[in-house]
Amino acid sequence: MKVRSSAFASVILIFEVLAVALFLRGFFPVPVKSSLSKIRQDLPIEPLSGGSPNSSHVPQPLFKRVVIMLVDALREDFVFGANGRTYMPYTRHLVERGSTLSYVSKARIPTVTMPRIKALTTGSIPGFIDMVMNLNSPALLEDNLIWQAKTAGKKMIFYGDETWVRLFPKHFIEYDGTISFVSDYTEVDNNVTRHLDSTLKRDDWDILILHYLGLDHIGHISGPHSSMIQPKLMEMDDILKKIHGALISKEAEGSLPYLLVLCADHGMSETGSHGGSSEPEVNTPLVLISPAFKRKVGMEKPDEIEQVDLTPTLALSLGLPISQNSVGHVIPSVFEESSLRDQLRFVHLNGHQLSCLLKDSISDYAKEAGFEQYRVAEKAHGSWMKRYLEGNASEVLTNMGKKVLKQYLEALSSMSSALSKQLGKYDLYSMIAGMVFVFQLLLVLLLAMPEALSSSAAVDLPVMSALLSLPFYLLCLLLASVHVLVCTSAESSCYFCSLSWGLVFAAIALTSAMSCLLLSLTTRRLPLGLKLPGKSSLKISSSEWSLSELDVLLLAGTAGHTLSLAASSFVEEEHQTWYFLLSTLCLAVFQDVCRKYFREKGDAGGDEEEFVLPYKENAKEEIYSEKWLALATPPFVLLCCRLLRSLNQTGVQWAHLPDLGHWLNSSEHKVVLSLLSALCLVFIYFLIQRRCSLVSKVALALGLLGVYSYRAAVGNVLFPWQHSGRNMSKGTVEARFVYVFVLGILFTGTKDLLRSQIITADGKLKNRGLWEIYSGLVFLVSLLFRPHNLPVLCSCLLIQTLLAQFIWKKLHYDAAQTTIMHYWFGQAFFYFQGNSNSISTVDISVWFVGFDNYVEAPAIFLTALSTYAGPLLWACHLVCYLSSDINRSPVAMGHGCYCLALLRSVPAAAYIVLVTVLRYHLFIWSVFSPKLLYEAMHLLLTAGVCLVFNTVEQSRTSSAA
Amino acid sequence: MWDHEIRAMASTHAIIAASMLMATVVPAALVPGFSVYGTHLLWIYSVSGAVAAVSVAIFWLLGISPPTRKHTLGYKLSRLFRSCLYFFLSCMFFHIVVVLYGAPLIDSALETFSLAVLLSSLTTLRCLCVLGPNVQAWIRVFSRHGAMSVWDTCLQITVALTVLGAWMGAFPIPLDWNRPWQVWPISCSLGAVFGYLSGLVVAPTWIHYHRKQLTYKCK
Repeated sequence: MKVRSSAFASVILIFEVLAVALFLRGFFPVPVKSSLSKIRQDLPIEPLSGGSPNSSHVPQPLFKRVVIMLVDALREDFVFGANGRTYMPYTRHLVERGSTLSYVSKARIPTVTMPRIKALTTGSIPGFIDMVMNLNSPALLEDNLIWQAKTAGKKMIFYGDETWVRLFPKHFIEYDGTISFVSDYTEVDNNVTRHLDSTLKRDDWDILILHYLGLDHIGHISGPHSSMIQPKLMEMDDILKKIHGALISKEAEGSLPYLLVLCADHGMSETGSHGGSSEPEVNTPLVLISPAFKRKVGMEKPDEIEQVDLTPTLALSLGLPISQNSVGHVIPSVFEESSLRDQLRFVHLNGHQLSCLLKDSISDYAKEAGFEQYRVAEKAHGSWMKRYLEGNASEVLTNMGKKVLKQYLEALSSMSSALSKQLGKYDLYSMIAGMVFVFQLLLVLLLAMPEALSSSAAVDLPVMSALLSLPFYLLCLLLASVHVLVCTSAESSCYFCSLSWGLVFAAIALTSAMSCLLLSLTTRRLPLGLKLPGKSSLKISSSEWSLSELDVLLLAGTAGHTLSLAASSFVEEEHQTWYFLLSTLCLAVFQDVCRKYFREKGDAGGDEEEFVLPYKENAKEEIYSEKWLALATPPFVLLCCRLLRSLNQTGVQWAHLPDLGHWLNSSEHKVVLSLLSALCLVFIYFLIQRRCSLVSKVALALGLLGVYSYRAAVGNVLFPWQHSGRNMSKGTVEARFVYVFVLGILFTGTKDLLRSQIITADGKLKNRGLWEIYSGLVFLVSLLFRPHNLPVLCSCLLIQTLLAQFIWKKLHYDAAQTTIMHYWFGQAFFYFQGNSNSISTVDISVWFVGFDNYVEAPAIFLTALSTYAGPLLWACHLVCYLSSDINRSPVAMGHGCYCLALLRSVPAAAYIVLVTVLRYHLFIWSVFSPKLLYEAMHLLLTAGVCLVFNTVEQSRTSSAA
Repeated sequence: MWDHEIRAMASTHAIIAASMLMATVVPAALVPGFSVYGTHLLWIYSVSGAVAAVSVAIFWLLGISPPTRKHTLGYKLSRLFRSCLYFFLSCMFFHIVVVLYGAPLIDSALETFSLAVLLSSLTTLRCLCVLGPNVQAWIRVFSRHGAMSVWDTCLQITVALTVLGAWMGAFPIPLDWNRPWQVWPISCSLGAVFGYLSGLVVAPTWIHYHRKQLTYKCK
């Protein structure tokens, strides 16, 4: 089957998007939780067979005051291990001889502070997607322990890591957030400890939370075996001693006892970092100190619990409702000293909460073993209560109660494990399936390269023979059986398994077909060079295979960029890579230009490059001016890029440096900003009106005026005749006015395009249509961009015009080279406009351009458009340029589309593998995951652009036929 | 074929490399507190100075530079003046290019200019020694198939490797390792120096192994 290059590339990209979507679904498990808005306040009735009036009895809280001392990166063996006696003598003494309970609490991945704090307070296991979902509010919106405590009127004080203050704004009556620098490990802890003396003397608080960061910093600097560890742990031990002493001295007869909790958010690996799932990173100590517990008589091996078990335990022992999304179960030993009725009531409350969560998150919850056990235990509880209330107090009743308690605890732990299996785990099967699809598609794309870039720009895919071959059916069977095997044996839930059978079978058939196709393509490629020398296009191209410096740069740059994604710093500072490559590209182009124009003058002797020049005597003057313009273009582009990069500082390391954007946006420079944006709008008008029809020109002029008045209405820029006293509006009317013109221009463009396709085979009309669509897009972007970013748009257009006029056409760059250059420029412009690889730089103010409140579909569309304006505009320009260039090389469109698809799929595929390998990396959430989302989004957009390529090229072939 | 030239080239390069080493070691012994990272600018000047002095001396002694047509003092002085001017212009050129690549414009202008001086003395100075202040010859050498002697080929290789070294030296700057050599412009100048040194080694070796294939057009 012969397929045109562009159609081939589009189809491959669309499938790739689907495969990446499958991968993403596996990588970011969607959190299952009850909705956040409606928080249930009703307590479950205490079970009682028969029914009774006093049914919603809640046991007394166990503790009056709680001090939570959280030591970042405290490893389990620092307290319980062999060195514990020297590291933390007082704590160890308490663990061995005091009235304490000690546990090894297991943290979940990623073992990074912020998600772990979320886990400790909500009791659920947060996913990355949570962070994306509440983009604009860093505060924790889920039901959590701190919120519950605040609602219940508890007074809380917090000292320590800034993260808490951001997560829980206005929750604490007093707080001091310390901002952390890894190099500082003394000051950061002293800032916490300095408040302790005065706070411990006071009586006006109920919960005190301390978060010490120093130990974590020491770990990052020099690892868990450094000499700095011991003094730091001794310091922590002294602080614990001080708090414990103060709590004991405050202890009053008759009131409820205190509770002192020593815990950690995560451990520390052998190299001192954290984030992964190795034992020392996951195992953290949990020591509960309170006179309410039995005194220990010696060191016992501490039990293992889940980190999230602390949340329901704390909630119940403080008399608070358990947070809805908590998946932990209570630690039974904490409640051992209370009456049996209370104990049963505690576990019942926990069980009820877990069963509610189970109902919300698992569709066939009734089949879960834990749920069944809970029902049975609840019934037994009811009958126990009946006897208890009847006044029966025999040994039999106690034993029966204990049996019910045991039933409850079993039910709790199996429900809790069923729930946590759903959360916080990578769905590896879906990830691998997605990855395999992506790689198959990429290989097909790569193997088809010689044909796709040949002069016919068509790929011969042996689809029919692949579908009718025996290996195809065998592979189908094999893969189907593998799928069944994996899905039946999988412990945790898996998205790919939960898909319907039809879809899964389609996927299996596709991947088998792809494999057969790959096989036949490979066999076709391999013997070719041996058998038919010089016959095929492949052979010809490889025999004349000589690369210019520019080609080397383009290939090495693309490969180097893909490799650089493996380092977190290069992902954070990806803009630097692109700026660097772009500058080098400009210099290489400059060298090409110089070579072309100076060789001509230098030695007129028979040089092989000589005849390329369109050198005519009569046009000497024209050529002379053209030469200087061409020579000036690359330095000018370089200068433009240098100016643009100082417009928006982005990335992480140098993001704090002052930039022009800030300077322009400050209120005293409003006049400059107004002048600049007005100037830019005028420039934009002159740059894009050249090839539009008269109607569009008028529409453009009016529309750009509308853009300016929109900005003036919002208050970004000044109108010369505006009264300063006018209050700011949202500019909805102005923005809608612009939208009307944008739609009008887009409509005219589409109409021209359709007319050229259906009625007249007119290339000129088609080009005009394309250009109008392009100018409509530019126009829309100029509305969405913040005013200080208008120079980016302006210079984008200017550079495109100059390069098209003097470089690409004059130097006879082929479609592949042009495409790669467009892609690089697009990438650089993505960062010029202030984007970065973190979610926080997405400009969500465009949601409200022309809308009074948030409307989902246009908001998403506008955000995507304004974020990816750079790459999109360059890709659209590529379409226009190649299609106007069609007379020179009729297959340019196909080549361009194919190259674009390849350029996008290579980094996307490589990045997917990298992310899978680095899934336990320390920065997986903060650096790699956002980048993954950006890559996926970019892939989707590129697929869209390739479809446009495809339709435009189709119209060409149909009109030619 | 070119045995004599290759031998001369190898020994010249050995002397230049030794002078660079001396320029690093001797000040370390004489100047208190001298180190490559700590007093980086000083190191740059010392290396540039050493390379400049030794190259000028050696190439003058070897007499590789094209014979001058006139032997008047005025002509020689004008040549000297033009060479100095070209050197300064090349410093400005490198400075501008580095700033266009993203070096801060005002903040560390001295560091950037020192790097430009180092690059000029490693590349431009050699061109001046071999080709003289003759723009046409430069354009000829640096265009494709433009070399007319082994010295031209050698010049191409060393200049290309020096620039490539400085270019690659910029790679580790964004990494968050906080090492002393990541400070601007240490990694770039080190890259340039290592590129130059490898150029000194590679050029004679490459010419030696390709001496059969090398054919040069005569003027």
